[in-house]
Amino acid sequence: MTTQVGAVRRDYRAPRSLSDPRPLGRGLLRTLTALCFLAPALTILILFVASPMLAALRTSFFSSSGFGPETFVGGANYARIFQDPLLVKAMGNTAIYAALFTPVAVVVALLVALVVADERLPFRGLLRSALFLPFIVSLAVAAFAWGFLLDPQLGLLNYWLRGLGIRLGNVLQDPVLAMPTVVLVAVWKSFGFYMVVFVAGLQDIPRSLYEAARVDGAGALRRFRSVTLPLLNNTLTFVVIFALIAALQAFDQIYVLTQGGPLHATDTVVTEIYQSGFKELDLGIASALSYVLLGATLLLSLIQFALGSRREKDLAS
Amino acid sequence: MTAALARTLRPRHPWARPSSWILFVLALIGVAVVVLPILIIVLTAFKPTAEVNAFPPSLLPKAWTLDNFAVIFQQLPFARLILNSFVFAGGVTLLALLFDSLAAYALARIDFTGSRLLLVLIIASLMIPFQATLVPLYQLVAGFGWVNSFAALIIPRAADAFGIFFLRQFFLALPRDLDNAARIDGASEFRIFRSVILPNALPALLTLGVFTFVNNWNDLLWPLVFTNDQEMATITSGLTLLTGPSGIVPYGPLMAGALIALTPLAILFVIVQRRFVASIATSGLK
Repeated sequence: MTTQVGAVRRDYRAPRSLSDPRPLGRGLLRTLTALCFLAPALTILILFVASPMLAALRTSFFSSSGFGPETFVGGANYARIFQDPLLVKAMGNTAIYAALFTPVAVVVALLVALVVADERLPFRGLLRSALFLPFIVSLAVAAFAWGFLLDPQLGLLNYWLRGLGIRLGNVLQDPVLAMPTVVLVAVWKSFGFYMVVFVAGLQDIPRSLYEAARVDGAGALRRFRSVTLPLLNNTLTFVVIFALIAALQAFDQIYVLTQGGPLHATDTVVTEIYQSGFKELDLGIASALSYVLLGATLLLSLIQFALGSRREKDLAS
Repeated sequence: MTAALARTLRPRHPWARPSSWILFVLALIGVAVVVLPILIIVLTAFKPTAEVNAFPPSLLPKAWTLDNFAVIFQQLPFARLILNSFVFAGGVTLLALLFDSLAAYALARIDFTGSRLLLVLIIASLMIPFQATLVPLYQLVAGFGWVNSFAALIIPRAADAFGIFFLRQFFLALPRDLDNAARIDGASEFRIFRSVILPNALPALLTLGVFTFVNNWNDLLWPLVFTNDQEMATITSGLTLLTGPSGIVPYGPLMAGALIALTPLAILFVIVQRRFVASIATSGLK
């Protein structure tokens, strides 16, 4: 889970005035009180987030099966994940997945948002809710439904497309088409979320700008290019980075539909973490892969953070 | 010129303009694509096996049946899976709301040493994808002897950096006068938290709660890792057991299970959707 971390506000401190009932010099008591409030959450976060993170870092430099002795291997695990053809392929696949998912999901979400944010559209609220519906469907369940629709013998979608002269065949067994198919399932599930974010962004654009552009004789395309896109730029950047981070974590629909196949065409970093960590019990490799995932996510988050604080500065000035 | 301006400014009935119709048709096409998989789940769930496996396939069942639901309750301990999903998603939601709001209160309202550093650390941990900690987390949880128990499913998620951050932002926006008045009356910090802050933060708690519940209910990897006993699977992870390695997929029962999996969320969504969608839009919640 990520958020617009760039949007953190400066801590608001109320000015210490005469009406402040807290006497000075009771800092220790306040710190102790705060600790009481923080204790349950901090215990959980330290024990189940921070300590596993450090343990994974350590394990990534060891050869370990989870049982018996571990051997220190230095950077050998990291060297291996960049040499082993299957692991290189999994990382490449994650990049391909991200490169397919992000533009498709973002463009679809933006186009749909333009339609449902338009004030001329009747039943806007209802249509928006209907389009958002897949967000509450789990990726696994979505994958079952799409798997059935695309089934080469029983699938309704396959049958309809054949009527139009398009023969898809068994897309999930096709090394070229399997990846676009698992991406499609993810786009179906998540575009509604990005759509809602875009609609909010679109509603923040002052209508007077559109009216002014219209008076100046700008057509619909021109208004989109010269008013909508520049003013939606920040929202767009954030949605793109959200989508990239989500793409790095691809797992559920792949596990359901292809199990990483055919011929490892849909193996991703997370399916490999699962495979090496829980099936092959090669914990060193799983941990090194975890750090690759973490590194990529951090990089994207930092970009987001930097852009966010730049935006804050822009707004402040 | 003035006439044109007047025309653009005058509000008109939405159906009066052709552009409204074009937009409406475009939106309906979108809705059709979005709804098709959900429709196929609902309709297939009530189709007899012979029709599910018939060629050519059809959208609507000719005869409606509940057989698929009977099958899924025979092949899987499905009542147990439903219970597991509710206990897991509900347990995580309740504990996380409690612990997150307590921590958020300290960060938003108590001026203590190190609060800024702590906030930075919490924001930093927001960026850690849970998939990256899964292997050592499993070892830790296994060390506690928690595998195949609700403890494994719930406790590691009983607090969440995102929830703390989200609630802190909301608490900061609540007027300080509220709690200062209570403080003058001699109320303790916990009392202020319980009687002043929490009641005023209900919308934020509701949004975060729905979000947490849906996320956990739908999660596949988490229950897959921490449970390997069918009796402890959730609906989401249990359904994957139906497909099996044979390659033959029993679509009828699978869709019946899928329908059961998404019904509680659909009901929840209908109840809260307006506020939920609005708050996602404003908070950048993900």
